[in-house]
Order: sequence, then structure tokens, then C-alpha cells
Amino acid sequence: MTGTILEMRSITKTFPGVVALDDVNLQVKHGEIHAICGENGAGKSTLMKVLSGVYPHGSYSGDIIFNGKTREFSNLRDSEAEGVVIIHQELALSPHLSIAENIFLRNEIKKFGLINWNETNKCAKDLMDRVGLRENPNTPIKDIGVGKQQLVEIAKALSKEVKLLILDEPTAALNDEDSSHLLGLLRALRDQGITSIIISHKLHEIETIADTTTILRDGEVVESLDMKGSNVSQERIIKGMVGRDMENRYPTRVAEVGEEILRVENWNAYHPQDHARKIVDDVSIVVNRGEIVGLAGIMGAGRTEFARSVFGHSYGTNITGKVFVAGKEANVRTVADAIRSGIAYATEDRKRFGLNLIEDIKRNVTLASLRDFVKGFLVSSNEEFRKANEYRDSMNIKAPSVLTVTNQLSGGNQQKVVLSKWINVNPEVLILDEPTRGIDVGAKYEIYLIIQRLASEGKGVIVISSELPELIGICDRIYAIAEGAITGEVSRANADPETLMKFMTAEKEATHV
Amino acid sequence: MSNSAQEKTTGLASLRERFKGVNLRQNGLFVALLGLVFYFAVTTPNSASLTPSNFSNLVVQNGYILVLAIGMVIVIIAGHIDLSVGSVAAFIGAVAGILVVRPLEQDGWEWLSALPWWLGIVGAIAVGALVGAWQGFWVAYVGIPAFIVGLAGMLLFRGLALMTLQNTNIGPFPDEFRAIGNGFLDKEQALNVMLGVPPELNASALVVTMLGILALWVHQLRQRVGRIKYEQVVEPVAWFYSKNVILTAMVGFVGFQLSRANGIPYTLLLLVFLVVVYSVIMNSTQFGRYVYAIGGNLNAAMLSGINVRRVNFWIFVNMSSLAALSGVLIAARMNSAVPKAGDGFELDAISSVFIGGAAVQGGVGTVIGSMIGGMVQGVLANGMNLNSVGIDTQMTIKGLVLLFAVAFDVWSKNRK
Repeated sequence: MTGTILEMRSITKTFPGVVALDDVNLQVKHGEIHAICGENGAGKSTLMKVLSGVYPHGSYSGDIIFNGKTREFSNLRDSEAEGVVIIHQELALSPHLSIAENIFLRNEIKKFGLINWNETNKCAKDLMDRVGLRENPNTPIKDIGVGKQQLVEIAKALSKEVKLLILDEPTAALNDEDSSHLLGLLRALRDQGITSIIISHKLHEIETIADTTTILRDGEVVESLDMKGSNVSQERIIKGMVGRDMENRYPTRVAEVGEEILRVENWNAYHPQDHARKIVDDVSIVVNRGEIVGLAGIMGAGRTEFARSVFGHSYGTNITGKVFVAGKEANVRTVADAIRSGIAYATEDRKRFGLNLIEDIKRNVTLASLRDFVKGFLVSSNEEFRKANEYRDSMNIKAPSVLTVTNQLSGGNQQKVVLSKWINVNPEVLILDEPTRGIDVGAKYEIYLIIQRLASEGKGVIVISSELPELIGICDRIYAIAEGAITGEVSRANADPETLMKFMTAEKEATHV
Repeated sequence: MSNSAQEKTTGLASLRERFKGVNLRQNGLFVALLGLVFYFAVTTPNSASLTPSNFSNLVVQNGYILVLAIGMVIVIIAGHIDLSVGSVAAFIGAVAGILVVRPLEQDGWEWLSALPWWLGIVGAIAVGALVGAWQGFWVAYVGIPAFIVGLAGMLLFRGLALMTLQNTNIGPFPDEFRAIGNGFLDKEQALNVMLGVPPELNASALVVTMLGILALWVHQLRQRVGRIKYEQVVEPVAWFYSKNVILTAMVGFVGFQLSRANGIPYTLLLLVFLVVVYSVIMNSTQFGRYVYAIGGNLNAAMLSGINVRRVNFWIFVNMSSLAALSGVLIAARMNSAVPKAGDGFELDAISSVFIGGAAVQGGVGTVIGSMIGGMVQGVLANGMNLNSVGIDTQMTIKGLVLLFAVAFDVWSKNRK
């Protein structure tokens, strides 16, 4: 059972303006569990999409050799036919269909063109036994938990006679018990000769389960570590993930930290559908005037959920806790209340939650503060125009005019429109969720300058980011959050990627450095 | 590399920007409408479509659809749809009949039927607002898709109309009530005597037309001056003047033709008033802007602090109030409240809005565009009638016009 099952040779994949993968080589041995690590945006998912044919042959350069032959997959169906099955973080199951139906979806067992239900249920039962799922095959997917749904996905992969199983963040949404069951299952499958590639942020899992770990950074392979025998620690992996040149990418500034402007006490929030699942767990934070405070956490750690629950209860149910703005308890029950209390939140997903893409810059900039433009009964379009032009100049929004539809702007310029919109409500505290996601290096620098300017004007700024160097580069103080709880607080002087990553992947237990 | 690419798009965009002052799509629709008018002027026997009385008919025959379309465009911009408006119009017509004409038989309620005609209209529209509150409650606060609420309302209010009318018609209405649907401003030509205008022309129609043209110019010039003061890009001077001269000529022609017939229909005055008011509401009030924001990106609107439920609620209150007004117009024009009134009008109103350039996904649309869309349908039907085109062909053509108008929209959007 030795030898190489998969070899990806000098894979390069570019998107307009971005090199997502740069000459990546990956070797996966037959019958191993191969972990792929890297920060968000390092290129892990892109690499897996290339492998599974989501990005078809021809849209990238390089070769894929699977099972001894060069493969040119042009879609998922091609790769699945060869036994490469990918399970995404967002599961691809149909909630109202049964377990058995989902397992054989697009692969139905038929007799004379009709579905043979007896055979379907019997085969489903066999597959479910193999993955350790004890449920009635006729149970609708929506009635079983995420952990079991994950098992259904694996059973579905087995039904396709999988040779190489790719799992993208399989345990991100699972509790400890489900996670360990899943990891045990992967080991069992390995013993049956099924190779797995697992993408994970949970380093302790990788440490225990992986045979080999490949680390990606900025679209390049940093190194492949043999996990067997040698003692590869989590610290070693972290170093590979974050160790990059950080000089001159962040503008320097001297912070003038003033009195407290925002205090959140014992903040709790539950999942909007699954009311028993606690998403934000007893979070307490403080932000001072003139201070840039980072909120570090891996995806799904509850950073965005925390921010949005504070911002007018726009996420979550059964929210409890207190918010103080400038020493006074603030009402944040609706978004309008939160804005009135002096809190602004710029979303991580500007296309879905931030902008009206079919409207122009002007109307987007003024939307949250439209009341200020009303003269008599009517909104003064001319005043809006003047204000939007001010922002176009001060924020350096590159567009022919403020009447340009935001859809036509680049990511960086769209972000500047979102920031303008929130600066214009004149908040005391700005929560910026992934303010530089998906924008190029030059625009990032401009965004950093804007953030610093806001702080120097005496506002409190919270920056949520997946990029640790970014947080360390611009923040005065950083909170780490994991599984919905604050797991550490680090001052600028003590902040380094290794320390933060340790907190971000830690079990809940607050530590102060 | 990225720099030069950016410059190129900037150059292209600025060209597009120059054309942006000129609303190509809406103007295109307008040109299509003019083309239709021209076509029927040539093809109808003796140019019957251009006769004074035909202009008059066009307005009063389409008035109630256009009133519905004003409410419908707002509903559609917000990303909803309302299928109940035809039934609501019938129900409110019946209510108006009860209030103004027929004595109620129940003891203690006789006073209701003694209402003067104008109070009857106010009462009927107030009932319409309550109907809207009912629909808005289900859509905005319970979260039932507007399509379902409208479908249910379509049956519900048709049923209530039947109950109210007890399977009969109510009529005739007092003359003052009928006038809103059938009447003309100063039909007796009192103004002619004062101004010494010959009796073959209606003087008040001419005066109103001139006032309208004056208002048009004042508004256009004021807007332009305001924009220039704020250093905004404005339409090229030549385009600005030629556009307004053409508009003036058209308004003048229609006004002149109307003055050769019976004068200005009250329905037209009402419509112009509504179009102006609702255009202002949609462009320049917080409410209007929130409607566009909700339709354009619901999530972004919520995260901008907009009370989406409240806005949705009032959109439906407004829609049913306008449907009520439409019901009053229908009853007035037919001089009786009938159970079948407004049957299928919701579809005409929806077609008007989509032909007028609104997007099915929401976020896009204008009141004036919907009016032009409605007129395209009205002129088409009217011209085909004058040409004695059969109802079968008419339906086919109307269907194709709707389909192609929206297909053209989709196509031009994808090309971008």
C-alpha cells in the first residue's frame, strides 16, 4: 500500500488581478491522511477546487496525476468517476430528502428506469453501518444533527467508491464528541485503503490524525512535514503558516488612547435556528477612544456573530448582556437603535450585506444617514451629491463620478464606499469586519490609513480579521476568540502570530498576557 | 498592468456616464410609445386614433389601470407583487355603492348610506387602507410571501365584493360621483366666455395645458440650475432643450386635441397629480429611498437601520388605498358597482410596471416608466380596436409585447 496516489505538479491558478496558486506541488501517498494547513486565503480551497474539477482543466496550468494517469477533469462528475470526492464545509445535502435518498442522489439505484427502493434502503443501511451512523435511512436530513449529516456525506462518498476523500473543515461545526467520532472514522477508512485530504484550522486535530501536513501560504507551498515518528508540534505548523515578511505593509502610528468608549459585558447569543447552540459565550470586551482593537479568531469562531449581535441584535436569539457607549448603557435592540447609540458595523461580506449593488455610490453612502439629508419633507439630492463627493475625495474612491453604480467598482473601492457610509453616521465606535478581505495590497494600505485616521479622531475601532499579520500590524490590543468565547487578550507589545494562533485554536479558558 | 486597465475602464465608464444623464432605456420606451402612436395614426381608418375624442377615451379608459400601476410599481420595486388589486377595486366599488347609493337594510346603520358623495369616497378609500393594513400585516409582520397573500386576497376580496353587493349591481351614482370617472373640467365652457375663446375649443383645457407646460419648464430649469450649482454633470445643453421642446410639443398637442373634444377629463387631472406626488415620494423622501434600498439588497437595508417591516407594511397600505381609488374610478365610469369589476386588472397593472422597466428581482423601476408602460398597452389595445383586430390576435400581441419588453431588458443588462 505504498506509492503515490496523487501528484499535483506546478499548479498555477490566477484570477483577474490575483495569483491564487503559484507553482504548487503536492504529493499524496496512497492510504494516508494528508492535512493541508494555511491561513484563510492561502489557497487551500482553490487547490482542492482545481483537484476536483470545479475549476476545469484549462483554467489553470500544471498537471494532475491521479492513480498513475494524467487527469483532465472538467467538472465534479469527471473527478467523482475516478473516485475523487470532495465534501465542502457547507454540506451539499437536500434537507427534505431522506438519508437514503441523499446518499444515492445523482447515483440512484434503478430497475427498469424506476428507483428500486428496497435495494436503495438496504445499500444505504450498509453504508450507514460502515460510517457508524445509527439512524433510520428514511429519516429526513433536516431531522439529524450536523455531525450525523457529515457522516451521511461520507456514506455518499463511499457509495461512489471513493479512492481519495477531500474534507474541507469537516469539524468546524461539530462538537467534540462528533469530531472525535469523525476523526476515528477517517482512521478506519485509512485502514481500508481510502486516502484522505483534510483541510483544517484545528491544529490539535491535525497533530493527532495527519500522516503528512502540507502548509500553504499566499498561494505557495511552504513545506510538507512528515508527521509520523518525528515530533512536529502545533507551534511548528503555526510558524510555517504565518512566517512572512511583515515590514512596510502597515503604516506606522502613535496611538493616543483616551477614556473608555465601548464596554460589552457578559454578552451571550444563541444560534437563530438551533436555539440550544451557544454561539457567543460570555464575551466581555473594552475599547477606548483612539484605540484600534483587534478581534482574532478562525472562521466560525463567532467573531462576526458577536459583532452582529451587538449591532442591533442583527444575529442570534436569546441575547443577553450589557453594552455601554461612553459610560452610558446603550440600547442596541434594533440596528437603528445601535446606530443611534453610536455603534457602526461594516460587514465582512460587502456584496451580500453591505452594498446595494444596483445603486450608485451616492445613494449607498447616504443610506444609513438619510435623515440628515432631509430638508422639509424631502431628501436633498444635491446635498447628498456634495457629501458623496467629499467622501470620494477624502477616501480616494476611484470612480468617474459618485453616480457610478457600485457594482462596477473594484473590491477596494467598494470597501471605501461601505466605510464612507458608516463614517457618515458619525459613530463613536466602528466595528470593521474583515475590512481588507478580497482587496489588493495597495488598497489595503489605504484602508489601514483610514482606520488609523478614525482612531486619531478619537473614535474606538474594532477590527475583525483572519489575517494575523494584519491585526498585529495595525492594532493596539487584540482579543482572541475561539468557539464563541474570549480565549486571550494580547497587547501590541506582546502580539505575535504564534501566541495568537495558540489562543485562537485553544479550548475555552481566558488567559492574559 | 492593473493601472492601465483601470484607466481604460474609467474612459469607457465616463462615456457611459455622459449618456447616463440621458436615461436611454426609459427614453427608448418612450420612443416605442411614439412609434406606436405614429403607426396607428397611419393605419387606422381616417387616422381615427388621433381624433380628439379618442385621446379623451384613452385617458379615461386607462386611468384606473394607471392608478393601480402607480401602487404596483412601488410594491414591485420592494421585491413583492400584489395579485389582489383587481378584487380590492371591486370590493371598494361595492363599499362606495353602499355608502353613497343604497340604503342598508340593517337597523341602526341607515345613517351610513346618507353620506354625501365626497364623504363616501373618503370612506371607501379609508376601507381600502384597512384592507392594505390587513395585507401588509401578513406580508410584513408574519412574513408570508406577498404572492400568497395576494392570491388569497384575490379570492377573499372578490368574495367580499359579492357579499356586499348580494349578487346584484348598485347604481346609479350621483352625478358628482360619476364625474371623477366620466366628467370634464369646465365642460360648459364658462371660461370661454371670459377669455373670448371660440366654442369649438375648450378654454380651460388650453389654460391647464399652458400651466402644465409652464410647470414643466420651471421644474426642469430649477433642477438643472440646482445641479449646476452643486457641480454635478448635467445633460448636454442641446439635448436638454430639444428634449423639453419635444415634450412641450407633445403635451401641447394632447392638450389641444382635448380642448377640441370635451376638455380635460378629471381622471387625467387626478392621474397627473398622483404621478407628480408619487414620483417625488419615490425619489426624494426617506420612504421612497428605503423602498429602493429594500428591493436592491434586503440584508444591506436591514443592516443600515431601516425598519424593513414598517416600510413593507406601508407599501401595502398604499397599494390597497390606490386600488380603492381605482375601484371608485371604475364604479364612477360604469355608473354602477358590479361584482365583476376590475377582473384581471392586477395583471394589466403588473404588465405596465414590467414593460415600464421594473426588475422582477426588485430594486429597479419608476412611476413614470410604469405610466409609459401602461400607455403602451393602452395605445396598443385602442389602436387594434380601431383597426378591428380580433380579441384573439389582441391577446397574442399583448402577451408578446410583455415578453419581448422584459426580454429586451434582460438582454441589455446581460450585455453590460
